[in-house]
Amino acid sequence: MKKNRILLTTIFAAVIGLVLVAADHIDAPDAQGTTADITDFYAFQGEDTNNLVFVANVQGLLSPSATAETSFDENVLVEFNIDTNQDNTEDFVIQAIPRDGVMYFFGPFTPSVTGLNSTINENATAGEVAITAYNSTAVTSTNAVGMKFFAGPRDDPFFMDFARYGEIIAGNAPGFNSPGSDTFAGTNVMSIVVEVPKSMIGSSGTINTWVEAKAKQ
Amino acid sequence: MKYTYLKYLTFLFSLTFILVSCNNNKDEDLPTGPDFSGTFAQKDQMGRPAVNTVFVSAASKDEFNVTVPSAQSARFQSMFQTNLMALSPAFANADDTNALGQNAAAFTGLLATDVLNVSLDGKTTFFDGTNVLTGRALADDVITVELLLIFGGEDFTENPTLSNDNVDANDKEFLTSFPYLATPW
Repeated sequence: MKKNRILLTTIFAAVIGLVLVAADHIDAPDAQGTTADITDFYAFQGEDTNNLVFVANVQGLLSPSATAETSFDENVLVEFNIDTNQDNTEDFVIQAIPRDGVMYFFGPFTPSVTGLNSTINENATAGEVAITAYNSTAVTSTNAVGMKFFAGPRDDPFFMDFARYGEIIAGNAPGFNSPGSDTFAGTNVMSIVVEVPKSMIGSSGTINTWVEAKAKQ
Repeated sequence: MKYTYLKYLTFLFSLTFILVSCNNNKDEDLPTGPDFSGTFAQKDQMGRPAVNTVFVSAASKDEFNVTVPSAQSARFQSMFQTNLMALSPAFANADDTNALGQNAAAFTGLLATDVLNVSLDGKTTFFDGTNVLTGRALADDVITVELLLIFGGEDFTENPTLSNDNVDANDKEFLTSFPYLATPW
């Protein structure tokens, strides 16, 4: 089923004459079309301005029918990385991994080893939320320290006339149309949203953040 | 007699074996938490939008995804600068800058370390005319900001047909409350 969907997506992309790569959607050969393909990353102040919100989206360009058949991969760890001292190395991570319909969260905690390989720290601050099913009301949860969690399908928040950009880069168009056409309209992604009190990360200043998808070896 | 004795012994032996087996099964049936063991190795990473897509040459896109941010600038800045200058007429001359006052080396020096800078002190936005790179909110038109910085020249007026894709908002309204993203189609 999953292979069929990936195949269909590939054929769809080929038929409309595009290699769809955008915010980070199918950005590189090893990641694209897999359950570890990050499509987007957001970090912003929450409705409660004492909190920061991190959003990681994976598995983009899902049609509504494909969304109903899509799930998070239990072999893929999504890790939010936070650098607090401007050396671009993670001082905190927040880990998210699904097991049997539930997304489990660990952190923020300081990893004993930084970089490309991770193990899950079950002793860190924990949270969990039932993964919201397609076409169901969003299930959210809050843990004892005030972190909020969500995991499930959402509208892809990214917008861009990527089709026209592709034509421009290919030399087939002189510039963008006005108005443009949102290539990502009507498509969904699998979203992980975590809101965390700023006090758990730092007091003031600027942090550097990025998200990673890591596959079990 | 001897045969009967052997039979009983075999029976006892079997019974013991079965009981031990049952006991083992019971141990395995005890409720345990999910298994989080193992090592997870990096496949993809992302900081700012569209960086790998736009600035990394095709043959290096996988390598970019498995280069830690602290090593990215040394490895990729010159590639970014070459690709930027090939892509944008706004950086054709040595003294060209973008609206942030960055020349090609400075701009790609910022972008090559692919992390998202986020302020803990106030408004979080990719760019709103005042705040620059203090986060990334859902409604931020990040592509137009990047196009302006790539193609728009010193005052955002160069190459107007390349510096705005004229898609300024998402196809669904975002929520004001958690989880903020819109419901799926």
